[in-house]
Amino acid sequence: MSLMILKPGMLSTFQDLGRFGQQHLGVSVAGAMDLRAHQLANLLVGNDAGLATLEITLTGPTIRFTKPCCLALCGADLSATLNGQPLALNRPLIVRAQDELSFGVRQHGTRVYLAVHGGFALTPVLGSTSTYLRSAMGGWQGRALRRDDEIALLHPLKNKGLEELAMDLWALKIYLPAPIAESHHAFVRLVKSQQWGEFTPESCAALLTVPYRISPDSERMGYRLEGAPLLMTAPRQMISEGTTFGTIQVPAGGQPIVLMADRQTTGGYPKMAYVASVDLPILAQMGPGDRVSFKAISLEQAQALDATRAKAFATLAQALQPVRTLLLNH
Amino acid sequence: MIAPNFSVRHQGDHCLSLDFGDSILVETGLICLAAAEKIRQAQLAGVTDVVPSYTSVAVHYQPHAQTGLPNFHTLSVDLAKFIQSGLTPAARTARNIEIPVCYGGRHGPDLSDVAKITGLTEQQVIQMHCAPGSMVFMLGFAPGHPYIGIHEPLFALPRREVPRTVVPAGSVAIANRQSTIYPTRLPGGWHILGATPLKLFDLARPQPTLLLPGDQIRFIPITPEEFDHLATVDNQVPK
Repeated sequence: MSLMILKPGMLSTFQDLGRFGQQHLGVSVAGAMDLRAHQLANLLVGNDAGLATLEITLTGPTIRFTKPCCLALCGADLSATLNGQPLALNRPLIVRAQDELSFGVRQHGTRVYLAVHGGFALTPVLGSTSTYLRSAMGGWQGRALRRDDEIALLHPLKNKGLEELAMDLWALKIYLPAPIAESHHAFVRLVKSQQWGEFTPESCAALLTVPYRISPDSERMGYRLEGAPLLMTAPRQMISEGTTFGTIQVPAGGQPIVLMADRQTTGGYPKMAYVASVDLPILAQMGPGDRVSFKAISLEQAQALDATRAKAFATLAQALQPVRTLLLNH
Repeated sequence: MIAPNFSVRHQGDHCLSLDFGDSILVETGLICLAAAEKIRQAQLAGVTDVVPSYTSVAVHYQPHAQTGLPNFHTLSVDLAKFIQSGLTPAARTARNIEIPVCYGGRHGPDLSDVAKITGLTEQQVIQMHCAPGSMVFMLGFAPGHPYIGIHEPLFALPRREVPRTVVPAGSVAIANRQSTIYPTRLPGGWHILGATPLKLFDLARPQPTLLLPGDQIRFIPITPEEFDHLATVDNQVPK
């Protein structure tokens, strides 16, 4: 075994890009909450973006490596340390056998993603290694990590030449293109739904001007927001239909819910807007008590922003060829 | 072949929905299933999920990293072409599936309430629920969780005022002229008439869901003894 879980942390689950192709069977997509950080962590260790990373939430685990490997951490700053020494985010790093990775105080963000070169030894379920907790499906035995779990790595590194590899990796200059760098703007962009006009003018104005507070019972399935109530001019029953990551739905009470990674596949609440995919990572890094402000953009703008980020990831993957070469030649 | 009317709307930047109607009707449901099947078979680049529901079909997509395609505009145009070229009505491929249900007693705590609300006897409620002509409109809410309808207007019951925090797996429940069957222990606000010993979702099966959208459903009353027997034998593959 290559990874020993000494402490599990609050909620550590394996996630990939999501379990697609099964939503018509009622099977949720799941996948990483912050797809930006998940993909970046994978690229930095020379992986395809589709491999599972470990999604670590607020209080991190303590992990002992029993074999050397190359890892990267992206997303929240939870004061990661290796054998007590601070560990850099957004870099490929070498760990040696018996090294201990642990986490401390939350500096910013909610979720940090741990990728290892070659990936973790997990069995795909319905085409994905994402953990879907409600159905105890996928990831590591369908559940969050527990103390004494032992997880194998698919491609641990050899001890021979490890120091040289570590120095070569450290010497590499890695520049994150702007569309990939973490966004620190305090607002989240949304696209209005077709039902937008059915909400009262006061409600429409409120969603775009008044900050909403993320409630304590927000989690991977959805974020409940608290603030000025959002009301329909003439409330009506909706017919259930497919839902999406980032749908802002509004139950009768008027307090909106943003559907997140573990959302149900279908739903019947009125939908006021959709969070632009490019800004879902900002929301995923917010936590209970944080305040979120929304700004409306057009569908075309949202698709253009999303395409720009996707292109930047493709460019970064090219630029990281030296990392893959170093790891493959090791 | 049929060429139904429809409209297209976005559901954010990674999904669009085709709307074929605005009320729950078997004919509309069948059109949605036919459209979903045609779109799935077309295997359009970037399309990841095709999710039919009562009156619409959600098409989830991931644009290609280099080209940024498909986007809402290109996919709308492509899908419109497919639908307008005609659909094969879905009913022809439907499966007929019998669902054994033990009504009332410990399996169906709400049977007597439903009888009271509808003014029927418990036996009449069971008979009406077992009438042929029900169809699986869609799966959603949880893996393998079906929405079955559309029942007699007499079964247009709102959900229970206080939902149960735990409904046992296999429970068969009604609300709003529809039935559902809970695949696993879940919270739920529908009226529980009975339970089936069949497993609605099982990853060990090649097709993990017992039911699929479009299946024709017939509920068959069974005794508690038959329920216990069926629950212990391999009963999971529908004929």
